[in-house]
Formats: sequence, C-alpha cells, structure tokens
Amino acid sequence: MSTNSTENHHFQDHLMEHHHEENFFTKYLFTMDHKMIGKQFLITGMIMGIIGVMMSMLFRLELAYPEQSFPILEFFLGKWAPDGVMDPNIYLALVTIHGTIMVFFVLTAGLSGTFSNLLIPLQIGARDMASGFMNALSYWFFFTSSVIMVVSLFVESGPAAAGWTVYPPLSALPQAMPGSGAGMTLWLISMTLFIVSSLLGSLNYIVTVLNMRTKGMSMTRLPLTIWAFFVTAVLGVLSFPVLLSAALLLMFDRLLGTSFYLSDIFMGGEVLSYSGGSPVLYQHLFWFLGHPEVYIILLPALGISSEVIATNSRKPIFGYRAMIGSILAIAFLSFIVWGHHMFVTGMNPFLGSVFTFTTLLIAIPSAVKAFNYITTLWKGNIQYTPAMLFSIGLVSTFVTGGLTGVILGDSALDINVHDTYFVVAHFHIVMGLSAIFGMFAGVYHWFPKMYGRMMNKSMGYAHFWLTFITAYGVFFPMHFLGMAGLPRRYYSNTAFPMFDNLADINVLITYFAIIGGIAQLIFIFNFFYSIWRGPKATQNPWKGNSLEWTTPVEHIHGNWPGSIPVVHRWAYDYSKPGAEEDYIPQNVPLAEGEESGH
Amino acid sequence: MNTVSIIVLVVLAILTLVQVMRISEVSSEIQGGKDNEVSEKDNDTQGRLMLLIGMGFVISVVVMYIAWGRHTLPMPSSAHGSEIDGLWNLSMLIINIVFFIVQPILFYFAYKYRGKKGTKAVHYAHNNKLELFWTGVPALALAVLIIWGLNVWSTLMMPENEEEPIVIELYAQQFNWTARYSGGDNALGYASVYDIEGANIVGVDTQDAASADDIVTKELHLPVGKPVLFQFRSQDVIHSAYFPHFRAQMNCVPGAITNFQFTPTVTTAEIRQNKKVKNHVEEVNAIRAAKGEDVWDFNYVLLCNKICGAAHYNMQMDIIVETQDEFDAWLKEQKTVAETL
Repeated sequence: MSTNSTENHHFQDHLMEHHHEENFFTKYLFTMDHKMIGKQFLITGMIMGIIGVMMSMLFRLELAYPEQSFPILEFFLGKWAPDGVMDPNIYLALVTIHGTIMVFFVLTAGLSGTFSNLLIPLQIGARDMASGFMNALSYWFFFTSSVIMVVSLFVESGPAAAGWTVYPPLSALPQAMPGSGAGMTLWLISMTLFIVSSLLGSLNYIVTVLNMRTKGMSMTRLPLTIWAFFVTAVLGVLSFPVLLSAALLLMFDRLLGTSFYLSDIFMGGEVLSYSGGSPVLYQHLFWFLGHPEVYIILLPALGISSEVIATNSRKPIFGYRAMIGSILAIAFLSFIVWGHHMFVTGMNPFLGSVFTFTTLLIAIPSAVKAFNYITTLWKGNIQYTPAMLFSIGLVSTFVTGGLTGVILGDSALDINVHDTYFVVAHFHIVMGLSAIFGMFAGVYHWFPKMYGRMMNKSMGYAHFWLTFITAYGVFFPMHFLGMAGLPRRYYSNTAFPMFDNLADINVLITYFAIIGGIAQLIFIFNFFYSIWRGPKATQNPWKGNSLEWTTPVEHIHGNWPGSIPVVHRWAYDYSKPGAEEDYIPQNVPLAEGEESGH
Repeated sequence: MNTVSIIVLVVLAILTLVQVMRISEVSSEIQGGKDNEVSEKDNDTQGRLMLLIGMGFVISVVVMYIAWGRHTLPMPSSAHGSEIDGLWNLSMLIINIVFFIVQPILFYFAYKYRGKKGTKAVHYAHNNKLELFWTGVPALALAVLIIWGLNVWSTLMMPENEEEPIVIELYAQQFNWTARYSGGDNALGYASVYDIEGANIVGVDTQDAASADDIVTKELHLPVGKPVLFQFRSQDVIHSAYFPHFRAQMNCVPGAITNFQFTPTVTTAEIRQNKKVKNHVEEVNAIRAAKGEDVWDFNYVLLCNKICGAAHYNMQMDIIVETQDEFDAWLKEQKTVAETL
C-alpha cells in the first residue's frame, strides 16, 4: 500500500514539474502515449485495409468477367489494364498484395497493434507501456513499412506477384515474372521493417503484462483480452524472427547470388548459376511463422469478443479458466503444425502423419472456445450493441471456417483440395472474417474509450448485417468451386472448359464482394463522422467491469488522475446474485461475506 | 476531367451525408430521444434479425448443397481415390452434423436471450462436467478421423505393389507439361538442366544407356489398371501436378525429384459414359454453344496448381486413360530419345 502511494506521489510531482505543453507533433505524431499510438495503428491499418479491399474488388471483377474490358480497371491500373482488360501479371500482383496487406498490415498490426496498445495498460491498471519509446518506435517502423509497401505498387515492373507467401524460386528470380523485380525487393524491405515493428511491440506487451499489473490484478483476474494479447505477443516474439531470417536469406539469393533456396534452374535459355539450395527450406521457415501468424491474427479477435460477449450478455464468460487453457493450448500447438501447408511438397510422408495428428488436435481447444461462447449467451440478457453483433458473427464464422479445417488438416484429404478455392473459403472464413469481425467489434466497443464519443448505432447495425450477409455470400460458395477442383490464383478459368459451368457462381460471388466492399463505406463514414460529431460518451457506456472504464473520458497522460485503482475481483462479475447492479467493476472491494472466487 | 468530376461527386456525397446525419441528430434531440443508447426495441429487432438472417444463412447452405452439389468431382478414377472419397464423406458428414447443430443453436440463443427490461442474466460461470463433455466428444470424433486419415495416408504414400509400376516422368516448365516414358527397360535415363539443349527440352543425358528408349511426349497416355509411378521435375519455379479426377497432387520442385504413385481404374471412354460426367458435359456445351464456342468433350486433365507466373492459369496437359492394347499401340508410334536426339 505504502509503495503504491509513494509511486503515485512521484507521478503527481512529475506532472507538476513538467507542464510540457503538447504541440501537434508531440501529441499526434511522435507521441509515446499508448492510447494515441493505438489510434495511430488503427488509422494506418484502416487506410491499408481500404487499399486491400479495393484490390479484392478489382480482381473479383476480373474473375467474374474474365478478359473483358472495364474502364474502371484502366482507371486504377493504368498500363496494367490496356483498354480496360486486366493483365495476368497485375492479377497475380493484386492477389499477392491483397493477401500481404490484409494478413500483416490490417489483421496483425491494425488489430493487435491497436488493441494491445490501447487496452493493455488500461485493463491491467498501468500508467503506460513499459517503454513508451519502444512503443512509438514500433509504430514508426510499421508506418515506414506501410509506406514502402504502398510505394512498391508504383514501380515500373509492378508490385510483388508471387502470392503472399512469396515462394522462391518464383519470387527470387526477376526473370520468372515481372513482379519479382524491384517490387519484390521493396516487399522484402517492407516486411523486414514490419517484423522489427512487431517485435518491438510484442516485447513491450509481454513486459508490461508481466510486470506492471496493478495491485490485486493477478494473472487469473486479467480480462481475457489481455490473456489473448499476451499470448499473441509471445507467439510473435517466437515466430517472427524466423520469418525475418527467411526474408533475409531470400534477399541474399536475390541480391548477392547465394543459393539458399535455389538449385538447378534453367530459365531464359540458360542454366542459372545456383546450386545446392532448396525451395522447400523457404516454405519450412515461412510457415514456421505462417501458422502461428494465423493465431497472431485470430487470438486478439477471440479475446476481444470474449470481453464483448460477456459484457453484453451481462454474464460472466463461461469457463474462464478453460478459455485461458485453450488459448495456451492453441498457442502451443500452433508451433508444431506448420507442415500442414506442405503436405504435397514431397516432404517425408512420416512428417505428414505427424502434422496431421497435431493439426487435428487444434480442433479440440477451438471447439471448447466455441461452446463456451455459446454457453455465455445462454440465459443472458443480451444487449445488442453493434460490437455484440460482430462478436456473435465471429462465433458463427469461427465455427463455419474451423470445421473445414478438419478436412484440410487431414493430409490424405488435403491432396485433393490443396490450393483450390476450398482453401480460399476456409481461411477467409475462419481467419479473415473472424478476425475482421473481432476488429470491428473492438472498434465499436472501445470507440468511446478512444475518442470520447459514441459511434452511430443505426449505421453500426446496417454495417453489420450487410457485412455478415455479403461475407458469407462471398466465401461460402467458394467451397463448391474448390470441390469442383478449381485451383486458386487462376487469372481466368476459361482455359478449362470443365470449369465453364462455374462461371455463374463466380459472378454471384463478385456481386456480393462489391456490395460488401461498398458497405464498408458506412463504417468509414460512421467512424470519421463520430470522431468529430458523435454524441459525447459517458465514462462507462456499456456498463463494463474492466479497469479501462474507470478512467476519465478525456484522455490524460498516465490514464488515472489520482492513484491507480486497486483490483479486488475478476473482470466478470456480471449479474452476480445479491448485487444491486448487474455489474461490479474490478476496483470495487468485496462486500461483506461476498466470495470472490477469483 | 472525368477524374475531377468523380472527386467532386464524392465530396458532395460526403457533405450531403454529414448534413443528413446532423438533421437526424437534431430531430432526435428535439424529441428527447437518446438516439445512441441500445433500447429494448433495438434488442428485440436485432435479436429477431439474428434468428431470421442466421437461420436464413443455415437454410441457404442447404440450398447451395442442392443447387451446386452437382459440381463436385465425378467418381474417383484411381484405385486409391475411393479411399480418399470414403474418408472425405465421413469427414463431411461429421462437420455438417456439427454445423447444422451449432449454428442454429447460436442464432436461437441470440434471439431467445435478447435483452429485456427487468430481466437479469443468470450468473453461470463454469461447469466442469459440461466442459469435460465438449472437450471429450470432439476428441473422440477426431481420434476416429485421425486414425482413419493416417491409415489412408500411409496406403497412398507407401503403396504395396503386386506388379512393378510403370515409371513416367512429368516435367514442368513455365507454362507447360512434358511427359517422359521410361520405355522397355522401365528405367528413366539420367536428366538434368545442364543437358537441356535445342530439342532436348527435358535435359536427357544421351550418354546414359537407360535414356535411349525413353520417350518424350506432350500428351499423357496411361494404361488402365496398371500402377504408375510418377516422378516430377521442374526446370524453373515450383509447379504442382494436380490430377483432380484421380485424387492426386504433388509439387514439382526445381532441384529435387518428387513422386506419387496411383493406378488409373477408369478409361477415358468409360468415364465419358458416366452419368454425372455426361450431365456435366451437356451443361458445359449448352453454355459454350450460347457463347459460340466449340463443343467440348470430357477429358482427364493435368493442371498446374502452384502459382508459377503469368500463364499459370493455362498450364495443362490432356490425360488419356486407355486399355493396355491401345496404350501399347500409341506408345509404339512415339519416337524414342535415341531416334530423336
């Protein structure tokens, strides 16, 4: 107790001494305040998201009406769409950059970066991150990497086009495709900076969660959001460096003439001077990050919806310890399943068996999570905020997409649908939609905390329903394309008459994609309009228990004006029998005779 | 000029929206409404929508199965294919059962427990028995799938041969396929990218005695009922040899030789008589006729299924499965490496 108050004294003194007047640069740009850095991540992620989604609308247009002329294509793509007909090279570039942007820039940095930064100090009861400077550095690395990625779209030979996984030799040799020229070099530089950003952020999150929790905030009293962000950060720290080494070796192969991934290649009428390397090595390194990456994307979304579902069901999250256990189990397993992306690379069949076994095991903790969400709704008193709608949408997509994982994780079945639209459907639903729904839920839920204002509810409802319907409309039919044997990353399906009767489905998907894309304008408008003109928020608009709702609406550096609240209970005392209100914030001491349970 | 007018339009549209928002805010303020708080009416409407649209989604999945179920691949044309399809069907059955139970429950709960004034949620934090139950049931179902899956996998990857398989090399390059038959000795001659020259597109080492009777072709003919051991090579980037009708796929990796073995069981002539295939051909030809394109007849086909560059979408080779006699006759017409190089 005494140390705590001394600390607070110091902090007060500190504030008194330095009346540092904040100007535009220190407040909005080179800030070290975690709340502002969170918002920086969000806005940058949103801008990248707009680019990524627009790209998908362009290539969906091509897939519905292959090799036809659209003036809009020429408008956006210029020389890559002569007379409005999309060039196959730019098609591949669009799917590549769409994947890269959505996976890394939107759903890793935009999601985890935003909410880990915003919520970790606020929910554990800390004045700020362990290192504000590292945190700012993390954002600016991310910003630079975003700028480089965008710049790469405009180079003469076009952006990277070897798929978001950039497998060599295709990505290593400029002769192999135009996209493997300068665009690919910029892609690698951008990703390298991105990884640095991610590591700086993750280390900070880990240290902050472990060391800076307020008095009474034991690990088993943490909101599940924090557990999710914490485990995500651990995954990032352990796996991103491997991607960094993969990217560096690829850069060496491209620029210095080494042969890590290259061997026995005949191209452009001559044998190239590479020998002894293995393209499959790259895949092992890539997927050693790539698979944990799926959970780096998914876990924060699951954490956010745990919080949103409990708060808006007015019930404790069901099976709190089981939820933590399943997060840990998923995280552990995610490191030993990467080979399921490589069943048909010719790797040792025994390895295939091992990876099938470990992969299918992930279904167990995932099922536990899904059932626990559903049980949390049971006998709840559900308050339908837009955030709640998106969280329920997340549970639906998580179940739908997770189920097809049982098929793809099975090496024997994967043979026939590997790299088809069945895979595209699977990962977009389970990872793309679930994560983006979680991100939307987070934005709607914590917008009052970020900007002190409320987002418009009706626009939120419209946004959810349009997104939910069009998202399933886009991705569910793709299962059937995949079961017909249609490979992904085909510029056009017209070369195979056996696919001619799938054209209608492709047109339908494109309609949904375009409507769904345009529907996001509702969100963007709502977001920016509400920042300036939304109604003023109250301190605790959703009647939540966690500590962020005990801070004042107006942001202050250090989060709490007085001393940091002391925690007496877990974050889920909703509708507790005997209590008057249906929520009891974590900083409320136990009533006489009340059992904490946590 | 066009661009400018589009920008002006967009700006005007945004300004109009902002004004509309302000008007609706002012009018709701006048009525004293708390426009942005979730009201009981909202809970009711959104809860009902959850049931309506959620169930609509579940029903639409049934509709998709009915409307597009015919698009799935025809019966497997390889010996191991039926094992894959059996496992596939069991897995699909299980995941569909879960889907059609869990999704309706989710949307029903979302509807049933929509917030009402005066009600209080039930404080129900955990139940170990329940959690054990839904850890145990998936674990059991997965145990079955894993054991069966690993069995199928090992029969695929380590086939037991009653007779010696025919060895055929499939050679990938941007953006076409080449086949090399091992000839009378059933042994492929040594080949490497260093031997590629002129007509020798797959780089056969003509000094190697085993190469003399090798036969290089641009069409893949296979005798029915005979195991075929495919060896895959690539000269430039990674390709993937995808034989959907045979439930087979393997990557072609530069610098390495990969392999996959299967036994074709249905000839091209036979599969063309298959009812599902006939319907498929009819449907496709109706579409093609409407667009003024040639009539198509079903052929087995080899596709490239790993992104390999601009013409990835058109990297294919026809596969003809025929009787042993037809196959022998065809092979006899082809020229050996010794004759061509």
